[in-house]
Amino acid sequence: MSEFVLQIDGKEVTAREGMTIVEAAKSVGIRIPTLCHHDQLEPYGACRICTVEAEANGRNQLVAACVYPAEKGMVVQTRTEKLAKIRKVLVEQMMAHAPDAPQLLELAEEYGADRDRFEKDPSFCILCGLCVRYCNEVKKKNAIGYIDRGPRREISFIPDVAGKECWDCKECFPLCPTSALQAAYVLTEALAAPPEEAAPEAGCACSCSCSGSCG
Amino acid sequence: MCMDITRIDQIIDDHNAEQSSLIQILLDIQAEHHWLPKQALDRVAEKLDVPMNRIQHITTFYKAFSQVPKGRHQIHVCMGTACHVRGAQKVLDVLSDATGIKAGETDAELKFSLETVNCLGCCALGPVMVVDGEYHGNVAPAQAADVLKNYE
Repeated sequence: MSEFVLQIDGKEVTAREGMTIVEAAKSVGIRIPTLCHHDQLEPYGACRICTVEAEANGRNQLVAACVYPAEKGMVVQTRTEKLAKIRKVLVEQMMAHAPDAPQLLELAEEYGADRDRFEKDPSFCILCGLCVRYCNEVKKKNAIGYIDRGPRREISFIPDVAGKECWDCKECFPLCPTSALQAAYVLTEALAAPPEEAAPEAGCACSCSCSGSCG
Repeated sequence: MCMDITRIDQIIDDHNAEQSSLIQILLDIQAEHHWLPKQALDRVAEKLDVPMNRIQHITTFYKAFSQVPKGRHQIHVCMGTACHVRGAQKVLDVLSDATGIKAGETDAELKFSLETVNCLGCCALGPVMVVDGEYHGNVAPAQAADVLKNYE
């Protein structure tokens, strides 16, 4: 595979074809903030927090570094005033949904975002899609998906599948940048009839050590 | 509600059970049943080998699909600006009284479903109501209930 050189924050970076800007930056220790990015998953570009300024062929544009492929001779800036402003607003918008998410609070601190700037709509989900994509791509169980659209879009477990598959997996929980998923899972669990093979004596799905009585 | 699973299979086979025909298959089922029963969706997922989360995503995305039972006859009342100023609200109220349901609901006998739409693109005919795809223009509130008498 062919290798080429590009510049990120003034550093010369050697990248292979097919690498994204985030991957290229990571190889030389430059951290680009990400929320919806995961090494095992296909790039998605949902949160846009990784937006960088990239100059190639004489054109300077704003691109999502997690999906944009690195190009030969490209000049990338990951920290500029313009980007700080963009990221600040993005964080503020996400905080309208998940005001207490640790990762967002960290970013808010870094970019001086005001968590109360926008009217609260606490869905506790920023639709990063990590849980959905992890379940589809890595676990291949398809237990969770999106429903509805636009401002009403949300994540939802498919009760039939979740009842069978999620009990001993729950690998998507720690991926969640806002911990919204836990709530969604518990909700579905309450709605779905427990699967036959998981009778009460098999234990409830909670993380405590009860024997199924706290459900 | 009983459902003919062989008919669902036939619809799926008409499209050669191709994954790329998913939306078309769902539309055909919707057209036949006026809604998408769960057994039908399960069958489609199984035969097309499409995960249920994708089917849920699609069926909740498009307004053309319904996952709750709909009436045999769909009533759409235009609430666009032109219809609104010509008394669409009164037409809607009359229809609501005649059918006993509010906009967005379906009656218990599954006869009518009442919906509002934002513009049907024929503003000169306002106020407009559509029943099963048939347009009724310039409906006076008094006539609106009479239109429904033609549907059983």
